[in-house]
Amino acid sequence: MNTTFLEYVVFFVASLMMLGGAIGVILFKNPVHAALGLVLTLFGVAVQFVAQEAHFLAAVQVIVYAGAIVVLFLFVIMLLGVDRAVDLSIEPISIQRPLAAVMTVGLVGLVSAAVIKAGDAIGTLNPGLGLDVAGETTADGQNIVSNDGNIQQLARNLYNDHVLAFQLTSVLLIVAVVGTVLLTRKWPKQGAAT
Amino acid sequence: MAQTGSCDVIAAVEPTWYLIVSSLLFGIGAFGLLVRRNPLVMFMCIELMLNAANLTFVALATSLGDINGQTAVFFVMVVAAAEVVVGLGILVSILRRRPGATADDLAELKG
Repeated sequence: MNTTFLEYVVFFVASLMMLGGAIGVILFKNPVHAALGLVLTLFGVAVQFVAQEAHFLAAVQVIVYAGAIVVLFLFVIMLLGVDRAVDLSIEPISIQRPLAAVMTVGLVGLVSAAVIKAGDAIGTLNPGLGLDVAGETTADGQNIVSNDGNIQQLARNLYNDHVLAFQLTSVLLIVAVVGTVLLTRKWPKQGAAT
Repeated sequence: MAQTGSCDVIAAVEPTWYLIVSSLLFGIGAFGLLVRRNPLVMFMCIELMLNAANLTFVALATSLGDINGQTAVFFVMVVAAAEVVVGLGILVSILRRRPGATADDLAELKG
């Protein structure tokens, strides 16, 4: 059991989780089951993040996506009472699914061809970099000795180079919260409804 | 050991594989967004596509040794959370008025 074999196992299991969950999202008839498929996909992405030493992002992925966003989806599904199965065999626009399939295959084929063509440039720069042990070396040669090197690097980058974007993010969150409260409020008078 | 030799021939897990897997995930999300008519499931498909983009960012950040990619993923997560909140708020206010509406029924702005 060497490290490379374990990396293979982790990669393929996480990829199966991701793609299986994604196929479940679009094939399950019940929205609740689709949300559970989304959870599977999000956990697969979190495993891929851990395999690439993005530990902080993996934690945020589990907390924010699987913990908050999927719960919000399930809450809305239960609140609106739309948790019943729909018949997926009805096609309102008859040519929609073949066209969508053609577009999807074309898109994936195009992107995959571009990735494979650029594969040497991507793969030979730093082959297998940073996939070994957490926090020992970083890519640009900085000496990160502790095990939370990823968080330190990310924090240094975020609060030095992108601090304005970080503050604008807080404005975005405030606007989103206030807008949602206004949107979903039940207005008391008939004339005030917009 | 034979396994060690074969694993030397085959390199470690490469960033190219992550990119191809994330393109497949993006394709599944785009297909679902185009064919599903339940607005909630369409939102979930948007989440799938955002996660595919996140995986691409992290794969390239790891392979190129640039932490800026992970910072971009951080911002994408925040924007995705805000987008889900606003989108589900709109959905709640629409579906409270017209229960069981699908995406094809919401054509009031059509000219």
